[in-house]
Amino acid sequence: MIRRLLSPVAGFVAARPVLCFLAVFAVFPFLVPYKALATQVLIFGLFALGFNLLYGYTGLLSFGHAAYYGLGAYGTGIALAKLKVGTLWGGLGAGLGTAALGGAVIGFFCLRRRGIYFAMLTLAFAQLLYFIGFHAADWTGGDDGLRGIPRLPLSLGGLAVTLDTPLAFYYFCYVLVGLAVAALKRILDSPFGAVLQAIRENPGRAVACGYDIDRVKWLSFVFSAIFTGLAGSLDALRLSVVPIESLYWTTSGQVVIMTLLGGAGTFFGPFVGAATFLVLEDRLSLFTESWPLFVGAIFVSFVLFLPRGIWGTLAAKLR
Amino acid sequence: MDISASALVAQVFTGLVLGGIFVLLAVGLSLIFGLMTVVNFAHGSLYMLGAYFGFFLLGLSGSFWVALAFAPLMVGVFGVIVERTLIRPLYGRSPDDPLLLTFGLSAVLVELVRLIWGKVGLQFDPPRALAGAVDLGFMHFPVYRLFVIAVTVVVLIGLWLFLERTNVGLVIRAGSRDPLMVRALGIDLGRIWRLVFGIGAALAGLAGILAGPMRGVYAEMGVTIIIESFVVVVVGGMGSLLGAIVAGILIGEVVSLTTFFAPKLAEIMVFVFMAAILLVRPSGLFGEAGLLE
Repeated sequence: MIRRLLSPVAGFVAARPVLCFLAVFAVFPFLVPYKALATQVLIFGLFALGFNLLYGYTGLLSFGHAAYYGLGAYGTGIALAKLKVGTLWGGLGAGLGTAALGGAVIGFFCLRRRGIYFAMLTLAFAQLLYFIGFHAADWTGGDDGLRGIPRLPLSLGGLAVTLDTPLAFYYFCYVLVGLAVAALKRILDSPFGAVLQAIRENPGRAVACGYDIDRVKWLSFVFSAIFTGLAGSLDALRLSVVPIESLYWTTSGQVVIMTLLGGAGTFFGPFVGAATFLVLEDRLSLFTESWPLFVGAIFVSFVLFLPRGIWGTLAAKLR
Repeated sequence: MDISASALVAQVFTGLVLGGIFVLLAVGLSLIFGLMTVVNFAHGSLYMLGAYFGFFLLGLSGSFWVALAFAPLMVGVFGVIVERTLIRPLYGRSPDDPLLLTFGLSAVLVELVRLIWGKVGLQFDPPRALAGAVDLGFMHFPVYRLFVIAVTVVVLIGLWLFLERTNVGLVIRAGSRDPLMVRALGIDLGRIWRLVFGIGAALAGLAGILAGPMRGVYAEMGVTIIIESFVVVVVGGMGSLLGAIVAGILIGEVVSLTTFFAPKLAEIMVFVFMAAILLVRPSGLFGEAGLLE
C-alpha cells in the first residue's frame, strides 16, 4: 500500500532530480531546528556530491578529499583576507581555481596507481597539503586558522545584495549548490558521464571500447575537486575562518562517512548522508563527548549490512 | 670525530629505530594485504592498543617484560576476533569495503580508548634495565633505542624463518600467490587468513608497546603513523615483505635526517619522497606492476 503510494513519487524524483532538489531545499531552513544547520547541510552535501562523483560514479575511492575542500577554503580565504580581492566573485573564483589546479596535479600523481593504492595515495597527498598549510603560517594562519575573511556583499549587475543574515546566506548557497547539482546532472547524462560509469563497472571493457580511460578518470578527478572546492569556498564564507583541520585527514573521513551513510553512487545520497551525519553529530554531542564512537559504530554497521546507504536502499525498495 | 658528525651518526641511528617501528607496521599491513587484499586502516589503532595494553599490563604485573610479551599477544587475539566478526563477511565484496570498515573501526577504537583511559596521554617509562645511554665509542646512544632495534631484527628474522621454513609459512606464501589452487589442494584458507590477520595485529601491537616509551602513549598515536605506514607500503611495493623492510628503514632515515637539517620539512619530505619514487617506479621499489589492483 505504502509502496504503491510512494512508487510514483520515487519515479518523479528519479526523473526530475534537480527540480526535486530545488523544491526541497527551498523550504529546508524552515524544517530544521535552526537555519545554520540548513546551510551546513547544503555545503557538506555539496562536498559529499564532489566525493560521490569520483567514488560513487567513477569507482575511485579517495581518502584525501580534504585536500580540495581545504584548497577551496584557503583559496577563497587568502584572496579575501590577505590579498584583499574586493569582490565576492573574485574570492569564489580564487577558491575554485586553486581546488581545480590542486585536483589536476594530485590527480595526475594518484591516478598512476589504481584500487587500494589510489586510496592510500590520495590520503598521503592530502596529508602533505595539511603539513604545508600548517607550516606556511604567514599565508594560512597555521594552527590558529585563517581569520578575518569578510563576507562581501553580492554584486549582481549594478545591484549589491548583503549576505549578513543567515537566511540570505542560505539562499546564496542554495543558488550556487543548485547550479552545481544541475551541472552534475548534466555531466552524468552526457556521454562522458556514461563512460565514467562504464569505468566503475568494468574498466577493462571501457578500454576495449576505445575510451581513453586515463584521461576520463583524470577529468572526473578534476571535476570532483572543483565541486569539493566550491564547498570549501562557501564554508570559508560561512565561518569567516578557515581552520587548519579543513585540510586534515579527518575531514576526508567525514565526507566518506556522509556519502556512504546516504548512499554512494546515488544522486541524493550525499545530501541525505550529510543531513544524517550533521543531525547525528548535533543531537549526540548534547549527550556525550564520545559521539564519534556512535557515528563510527553506525558507519561500520552500514558497511556491513546496508552498503547502499539510506537513499540507495530506499530507492531500490521503491523501484 | 667532531660533535656535529657524531650528532649526525646518532640521528642515523634514531632513523633506524623509527624505521624499525615503520617496518613492523608495514610488514603486517603488507602480509595482510598480500594474502587477503584487505587494507587494514585500523592497523594504527592496533598499534595504539598495543601501547595501551602494555601500559595496562605494566600496571598489573609491575614488569615491563610481561607487558612486552603479552600486550602483542592480546592485540593479536583482538585482531583474530575482528577478522572473524567484522572482516570475514566482506570477503568477495569490493576491496574498498574492508578499507571502509576498518576506517570506521579505527574511529571507534580511538574513542573507546579515550573513554577508558582518558584524553590525556600516559607516561610510559622504559624499564630500569634499559634506562640511560650506552657509550658506543664515538657517541652515546639511549639503551632503550638499541633494544628496539634488536627486538625488531629478532622478530623479523623469526618471521622470515616462519614464512620460509615452516609448513604454515609455505601455505601462507602459496595462498598469496594463488588462493584458488591452495583451496583446490584441500587447505582451509579461512583459518590461515585469521592467523595472518592475528600475526599482523600482533606485530602492530608490538610496534605500539615498543614505541610507547619513545613517542608517548595517547589515543591518536596510531592516526599519523598509519598514514606514514601506508607511504612505506606504497614506496616498498604492496605485498612485498622485503619492500616493506627496505622502505621502512628508508622512510625512517628520511624523517630522522630531515629533522636534523630542516625540522619544519620533516613531515613534508616523507610525501615528497613518495611522490618522487612514484614518478620513477609507479609500482614501488619491490612491487610487481598490476599486483592486486
